[in-house]
Parts: sequence; C-alpha cells; structure tokens
Amino acid sequence: MGNKLIFLALFVLSLPAMARESAKDNYRTYCVQCHGMAGNGKGVNIRDMSVQPRDHTDAKAMSTRSDDTLFKVIKEGGLSIDKSVLMPPWGDTLSDDEIRDMAQYLRTLCKCKYGGS
Amino acid sequence: MNKLLIALSLTCGLAQASWADGGMDILKSQCSSCHNLTGPAPQTLKEIWARKGPDLFYAGNRYRKEWLIQWLQNPTQIRPAGEFYEDHIKPGPKRDVVDPSTLKPHVALSKADAEAVADTLMTLKPKSDLIAKEKIDDGTVSLSMGEMAFDKFLGCMACHRIEPDYGGLSGPELYTAGKRLQPEYMASYIRSPQAWDPKIWMPNKHVSDGNIQKLVHYLEALSKEKENGK
Repeated sequence: MGNKLIFLALFVLSLPAMARESAKDNYRTYCVQCHGMAGNGKGVNIRDMSVQPRDHTDAKAMSTRSDDTLFKVIKEGGLSIDKSVLMPPWGDTLSDDEIRDMAQYLRTLCKCKYGGS
Repeated sequence: MNKLLIALSLTCGLAQASWADGGMDILKSQCSSCHNLTGPAPQTLKEIWARKGPDLFYAGNRYRKEWLIQWLQNPTQIRPAGEFYEDHIKPGPKRDVVDPSTLKPHVALSKADAEAVADTLMTLKPKSDLIAKEKIDDGTVSLSMGEMAFDKFLGCMACHRIEPDYGGLSGPELYTAGKRLQPEYMASYIRSPQAWDPKIWMPNKHVSDGNIQKLVHYLEALSKEKENGK
C-alpha cells in the first residue's frame, strides 16, 4: 500500500502540468503585447496591424461576447469565431482553467456582462 | 616521426580543450547573470519575467556559429522591446511604446573571446531530439509568397519585424533570423514554441508542415536581402 502511494505520488509529480497562473499575470505576459498595458487595444505591436486588437475596456463591444465565445477565441484564436488571424490560439500556452479565469478577468476590464453592460 | 605526430596531436588537443574551457570561463563570468547556461527553461511566469536575455543552454541547437562570432564582437538589439518585453514598454499617446532608456547594450567581446565563446556555445545541444525531427527540403519561396504567408495567412507580423521598420515589437526581429538561426531550429520552434520554452509569449499556431517549410525558406531568403544585412 505504502509503495503504491509513493509510486502514485511520483507519477503525479512527474506529470508536465504547469502551475495555474493568475489571469492578471497571464494577461500581462501574453495579452498586453497587443491589447495594451491598459487593456484598451493599444498594445506595443499594433502600429502595422491591418486589424486592430479588441479594446477590452469597451463595455458595449465586450458585452456582445458570451463567456463561451471568449473561451473559444482565446483557446482557438480569432479565425475560430470568424475574426482576425492576428488573434492567435493560446490553447497550447494556457490551460482550460486559466482560459476560463481569463474570460472572467476580461469581464473585470470591461466592467460588463454578456448581454448587457 | 610518429612520436612527433603524437606530441603534436596532444598539444593541439590540449589547446582545443583550453580554448573550449576558456569559452565556458567567459560565459560563466560575463554572461551567466543574464543568460541561462544550464537549463531548464522558465517553468513559471515569475521565472520568465526575470529572464534578461535568451536562454543559451541549447545554443548549439539554435544558432549559426559564424553569426555568433560576428555578433558577439558587434552586438545589436534583436528584440526591439527587450526581454521581458513588458518591462521595457510604457503607455504612449497613440499606443504603448518601447522605452529605450530601459534597454541596456550587450557587452562586446574581442575576436578571440567571441570565437572561444561561440566554440563552447555550439557544444550545448541538449535538444537535438527536437532538431532531429525536422527536415528542411530544398525548395524555395519567393519573397512575395513568403510575405503573404507570414503576414496575411499566419499573422506572424503582429509580433515580429520582417524589415527594420515594419511589424510588431514584442518578438525578435526576423529579417536577420536566417543568418542567426539554424533552419531546423526555426522549423521546430515554429512547430511548438512551448517545446523549447514553455512560458514564452509566442503562441503555437499549429502551422502545417508545408507552411513551416515555406516560412523557413522565406526567413532564409529575407536575411539575404541587402537592406537586411547586419
């Protein structure tokens, strides 16, 4: 029994799972480059982009996106919801839990809910 | 005569060993405060935020030796927003901008030191298994077709520059990539940035095999353009 527990513990510890990072920290690392330090779509990369990144503080626009849509576009990228290829898929970078956290974090930036501000 | 040859080869062997060791001495004394020489790559955001320069522990899988020797003697800024990019930007009137006052120039080495360091760096190859999975075919791609894939179909220009003043700033400039990087490394990194650097802010765009070949050929062609010569 003891041996089995040790084996199980070693197996779990050897899994390549990354620690769950906070949405704020993930936003700072992955989203700010295009969506901006203030989340307003004015990131350092945007000058030459043909399509400008979404302003996450825009309550009117953000309230038209459901949580499921936000999850999908973060995980699978802009093309998955018929938007720009410039929004990449983050599914290999963020876990599903982190993406769900991010969708909720976006709600704090826009101070809005789906279907109404 | 045989004894002379043995003595000569021993001497050369010792010289070679001390040369390589000299490179490691320089790396440890001058480079290790900003570069990771031993791995692993950052596993948390805090670790990747603390990184001041590219990881070098797989430099032999990554760089072209001739480029290393030249660049180490005459270093230029490759990442317009430095590393970690968010530490080197600030809000501007139209958009966030790079704050150049936060970027420090890279130390320049003498020719002999650059050669010794490059020699040692090229021995660091812990990720040869990833490199071995890539095969670059002999094809070519026109600059216009390559740019179409890079810009329009894959959106790489969002974060990378394909000429000195066009493209994004949070990733390294790519108009010099073909000179800097081994083609198999470029292919492998495009295929899965996270296989090399799990927390990097470059996403895996699931680029097809055909497009990976096209991008590598494009980056190699791009680095041969005169205006991109460095």
